[in-house]
Amino acid sequence: MKVGVVVFPGSNCDRDALHAARLAGAEALSLWHEQTDLHGADALILPGGFAYGDYLRAGALARFSPIMGAVSDHAARGGLVLGICNGFQILAEAGLVPGALVRNASLRFEHRWIRLRVERRDTPFTSAVPDGMTLRMPVAHGEGCYVLPAADLRSLEERRGVLFRYDSPEGNPNGSAHDIAGVIDQAGNVCGLMPHPERASEAVLGSDDGLLLLRSLVASAAAAVAVPA
Amino acid sequence: MTLAESPALHPSAVLHRALGLTDHELEQVVTRLQRQPNDLELAMFSVMWSEHCSYKSSRALLRTLPTAGAGVVAGPGENAGVVSIGDGMAVAFKLESHNHPSAVEPYQGAATGVGGILRDIFTMGARPIALLDALKFGPPASVRTRHLVRGVVAGIGGYGNCVGVPTVGGELAFHDSFARNPLVNVMAVGILDERRLTRSVAPGPGNAVILFGSTTGRDGIGGASVLASATFGPEQGSKRPSVQIGDPFAEKLLIEACLEVIEAGLVEGLSDLGAAGLTCAASEMADRAGTGMLIELDDVPRREEGMAPFEVMISESQERMLAVVRPAAVPAMLGICARWGLPAAVVGRVTDDGDVTVRSAGVAIARIPAQALTSDAIEYQREARPPSHRPRAPSRGLLELTPDGFPERGMDPGAVLIELMGDANVASRAWITGRYDETVGSDTVTGGAHGAAVMRIKGTTRALVMATDSSPYVGLIDPYLGAVTAVAECVRNVAVTGARPLGVTDCLNFADPGRPEAFWQLAEAVRGLGDACRALGLPVTGGNVSLYNESVDGPIAPTTQVGVVGSIDDIAMLVGPAFTQAGDVVALLGRTVPGMGGSIYAQHAGQAPDDEPPLVDLQHELALGRMLALGAARTILHSAHDVSTGGLATCLAECAIWGGLGASVRLSVRSAPAVELFGEGPGRVVVSTARSLWPRLQGLAAESGVPVTLIGQVGGERLHIRLARAGSTGPLEDRGVSAADDVDLALADLRGAWQRGLPRALGLDP
Repeated sequence: MKVGVVVFPGSNCDRDALHAARLAGAEALSLWHEQTDLHGADALILPGGFAYGDYLRAGALARFSPIMGAVSDHAARGGLVLGICNGFQILAEAGLVPGALVRNASLRFEHRWIRLRVERRDTPFTSAVPDGMTLRMPVAHGEGCYVLPAADLRSLEERRGVLFRYDSPEGNPNGSAHDIAGVIDQAGNVCGLMPHPERASEAVLGSDDGLLLLRSLVASAAAAVAVPA
Repeated sequence: MTLAESPALHPSAVLHRALGLTDHELEQVVTRLQRQPNDLELAMFSVMWSEHCSYKSSRALLRTLPTAGAGVVAGPGENAGVVSIGDGMAVAFKLESHNHPSAVEPYQGAATGVGGILRDIFTMGARPIALLDALKFGPPASVRTRHLVRGVVAGIGGYGNCVGVPTVGGELAFHDSFARNPLVNVMAVGILDERRLTRSVAPGPGNAVILFGSTTGRDGIGGASVLASATFGPEQGSKRPSVQIGDPFAEKLLIEACLEVIEAGLVEGLSDLGAAGLTCAASEMADRAGTGMLIELDDVPRREEGMAPFEVMISESQERMLAVVRPAAVPAMLGICARWGLPAAVVGRVTDDGDVTVRSAGVAIARIPAQALTSDAIEYQREARPPSHRPRAPSRGLLELTPDGFPERGMDPGAVLIELMGDANVASRAWITGRYDETVGSDTVTGGAHGAAVMRIKGTTRALVMATDSSPYVGLIDPYLGAVTAVAECVRNVAVTGARPLGVTDCLNFADPGRPEAFWQLAEAVRGLGDACRALGLPVTGGNVSLYNESVDGPIAPTTQVGVVGSIDDIAMLVGPAFTQAGDVVALLGRTVPGMGGSIYAQHAGQAPDDEPPLVDLQHELALGRMLALGAARTILHSAHDVSTGGLATCLAECAIWGGLGASVRLSVRSAPAVELFGEGPGRVVVSTARSLWPRLQGLAAESGVPVTLIGQVGGERLHIRLARAGSTGPLEDRGVSAADDVDLALADLRGAWQRGLPRALGLDP
């Protein structure tokens, strides 16, 4: 089972994602943004950072990187794609998940430890999370306020597209609609979230809750690999 | 055409003064060149002989610092100090100032400060893993302070967050003397494989010289000489063009590209371009290797048209590096730069003539011995004179209990504690630390909000522990003691975790060395720094000097900023500052020493600022550090927290707030209650441990020669501190202290005051 971590110029959580994917039991490899070949990766992670400096708008330039065509094709084939923080912003810019991420309501960069409520456990990204468990992990972003037109928000909720919400006691760090921290696309194989599960993958770092999401991803991708199409 | 005949390069009678050189310095230039310099050469001398680059006033002092030590791989003179941590790994670390740029343009000043110190780290072949920021501002309530805090914090965050190096700690203090001249000192820490250690040298005549990173522009012209090496007059704003502009995205690419070319073994030497730009990098690299360097000026990639030769040579455009590369490795080097999207060009070659030569259109337009610009730059023996009204020397021995003489008579200690918890110098830094990415890199075990920062080393059981401290209030009264106090506190902050301190970096922030009183402060501080480091057996591996820190308001409080990095072999042994277990006993290591000078309490109580600060017993500090390391290794300690700003009472409150557990404490008052509760005497640590381990803790203390006193017990949701006269069980009614003077506060109230303090003091949204 191979996890490919896409490296854009300015990505800065790519090494963290590789490290956490390996902890979750995967073989992990870097995929340079100029490549168009996924080198056999079964699942993809778009990591956090400031791709292209987030100049213009977070994720606005990165979506035009050559590798994004291959990422879209992979997603269209049902392959798993997880976008974390800047990766979520890039997925949203590329239209692979609904919604947009705008400046935090505080108009400030926010780093803090938050608690995440997992809304569904029947997805490839959350299957390893025990029932009723909330997940502790950090957020670190300036543009993480999730917005969507009211009608789209309604349909997103109706199709159970909201995968993660910010939970008490720390609450919503950025003013996102409906406390949304992460969403899943219609087909259920592309997920984006603002918090950083890869930074919460070892107890020594304060939490290993995030590893549950990466384990879910790895197990789901391995199962898909095992079943012939 | 000879050099002297170059067009527009005629000697000028007044140009040197405009460039910041004195008439005497011009004579010295002529002596070294044995001819008149042309304008370009004069410009190169002016930046290299600036205080910022040449350390001309401080070099003689800095030579007295202890720099040798077990494990020192690279010391002062390199871009950053490097100390071995075993298993072929080493840690690179350094503190640097960006005070003047931050005063003029706080966002860019602070941002480029971060960028500059990071380059010093990865230039050595180390991957930066942590940043710490030591900030000093004027009175919190002033509009100027709010503007500067906002800008500096946004600049540090804007740059650090984007390059992906976590900002994990630092220091924040306020004093009127920093109102127009804030201090922005940044410390960076990196890890390297010792085999990849890269030096800033230009070996091998014939090797190519490659300039890569950003292009060269007109930003930051004369930053070193115009901004950093002169005091501020009323016209700060006009110096804004001398501030550089940072591009953290370019820096991120530069980090990755540099580490890649070093890993591939492509570079023979590497230097960043900081102060004095290309001139500094070229001359220092050549001088260190005993070679020369030819720069083909026309080959330097530029971002604007029509730049004069001197502008190209002294530009401080950020995110640029100079590499020395074997000719055969040039294509590979350029290839890696291209992949990272970084402009790169061969701009010259290493020569064997000892000169830095600048050539344009095939003609030499400057030729200066590299030595004359660096190791043989001008040096001064400045006059040092203690101020005429020297503050009283600190007294030795405990103060007598003389309640009538102390302002705490009739005070409510609980109300004072609440006030101190909300003081901008003590209160929670969450408003600031929340603006910084503290966890990127997946190595942060403990962020900086609670004392020292702890970074694990992936793939090992080990961790690095780091802190930065200063003591400007003590320094104002006694600069020697200010430096000693800063070293002792910083080392203690690292030692309380159980880590072994490895080395010290320093940033000396002082006023105009041309004034004998200011130079005396610097000399005293360096003497204190040296004495403290020698006594504690620690090498000073590098640092930075920032002079001319004064404005129309006068000089700053002399500030010796100290940074310490330590290591702990097994992270499981790490000891935190917070109470962990109800029922644990609370003990105080060390003894309360007299002296309220320089304390936060003294500021609140309105005592004279030249009151006596407490002395530091360095032998005790050494014993204390060894005891804490043993206590951690033998798992005797549940928590350990250093007593510092705000004294023992705020220390206990912090242990309680962070642990979510109250405590009941009884203190024997040997001197005055205020000294016991709020005195900032050094050498003290509050520890907690299981009651069953108390005999072992006592034994360890006895074995270590450290006084230990059982003072209370962890538990409940209140902090209760009862004052009792030493040697008696009764309260101190007869001394003006009654049972009603006990501190008895709900944890929630302490936490509230502590959390609200900073935004409230600064008038910012929480």
